[in-house]
Amino acid sequence: MKIEILGTGCAKCKQLEKNVLSAIAKTGKFAEVEKVEDIQKIMEYGVMSTPALVIDGKVVSVGKLLTPDEIAQLIS
Amino acid sequence: MFEWWHNIVSHFVFDILKLNPNSALGSALDFFLFDTVKIILLLTVIIFIITFIRSYFPTEKVRDYLEGKHPLVGHIAAAVFGIITPFCSCSAIPLFLGFIQARIPLGVTFSYLISAPMNNEIAIAMLFSLFGWKVTTLYIGFGLLVAIVAGIVIGKLNLEDEILIKPPAVKPAHIDEIKIPVKERLKEAWDYTIDLLKKVGVYVLAGVGVGAFIHGYVPSDLIVKYAGGNAWYAVPLATILGVPMYSNAAGVMPLIEVLTQKGMMLGTALSFMMAITALSLPEAMILKKILSTKLIAIFFGIVAVGIMCIGFIFNWVLG
Repeated sequence: MKIEILGTGCAKCKQLEKNVLSAIAKTGKFAEVEKVEDIQKIMEYGVMSTPALVIDGKVVSVGKLLTPDEIAQLIS
Repeated sequence: MFEWWHNIVSHFVFDILKLNPNSALGSALDFFLFDTVKIILLLTVIIFIITFIRSYFPTEKVRDYLEGKHPLVGHIAAAVFGIITPFCSCSAIPLFLGFIQARIPLGVTFSYLISAPMNNEIAIAMLFSLFGWKVTTLYIGFGLLVAIVAGIVIGKLNLEDEILIKPPAVKPAHIDEIKIPVKERLKEAWDYTIDLLKKVGVYVLAGVGVGAFIHGYVPSDLIVKYAGGNAWYAVPLATILGVPMYSNAAGVMPLIEVLTQKGMMLGTALSFMMAITALSLPEAMILKKILSTKLIAIFFGIVAVGIMCIGFIFNWVLG
């Protein structure tokens, strides 16, 4: 499983990355996590409100700071 | 709507504390207690409603709608969407590039970019709590007018080359609608409202506090002399003063309320409020990463002129 966090570096984006990591730790899932800060790549996903969360190439959330529990639900 | 509360406050201040209604302290305390509770109640309700409605209008949807529309329809729709979509200046870059990527004209993009922060939930909620629906309607209506006209002007200037970073040439990927149950939307809207209140609460209290002080202690003549009246410089001065105040809209609005009660003219007040929300320095700093300084200066210049025109017209018509 590949999880990407799309964000240009705002505070919420950094927090989302942390929450993703703690969600993974909680669920014990094996996942590759990548923080995408390149605006061009973010645009390719068609996302306009950051932070956004992408799981296996699919956009699952935009413009929202998800809690670790919400992320755990999305990845399990 | 809040008479009952005013009666309680007046009873407390004048009958229990035995303060003289004509004294500065009595009048200031009465004003402060009445205003803080009223504003916080109204803020909570209005922000909650706006946030809930907005959860149904993500910007991605707006982009899909605006794609390929006639320019004039585009300008109007973009400005109106600015009211009902969530906007955070931290997303200004992806938003801007996303619009350009979908071949939405630069001018239409600016109509949206002017309207969205101007119609932010705090500004609207504060306006409604302090001034009632008439001034709020005027503010939104003339705000839309500024956004539409400024967008059209920017569109006519052929400034496309002033965008420093080009979005990828590929068509934006279509995002499948993410289904969220109503219950969850309500909960999210509520959490957001509480978060926001925690953030702006201090400014509201400070603003009303200073407002109460002015209300009780500063004579009207003084305010009319400097902020009111027909002095030609009142409107431009208000517009310039509004620029650095974006993050404190919640704290400044109560001051404007008191100033208008004490004789500041409505046009000047409108210009001041619009400058606070529409001319935001943090947003300009963010946009500088993808737009040339020239384009940002033109954008600020045109919006400032629009805002001042509205101030002058109002003062002239009402004055």
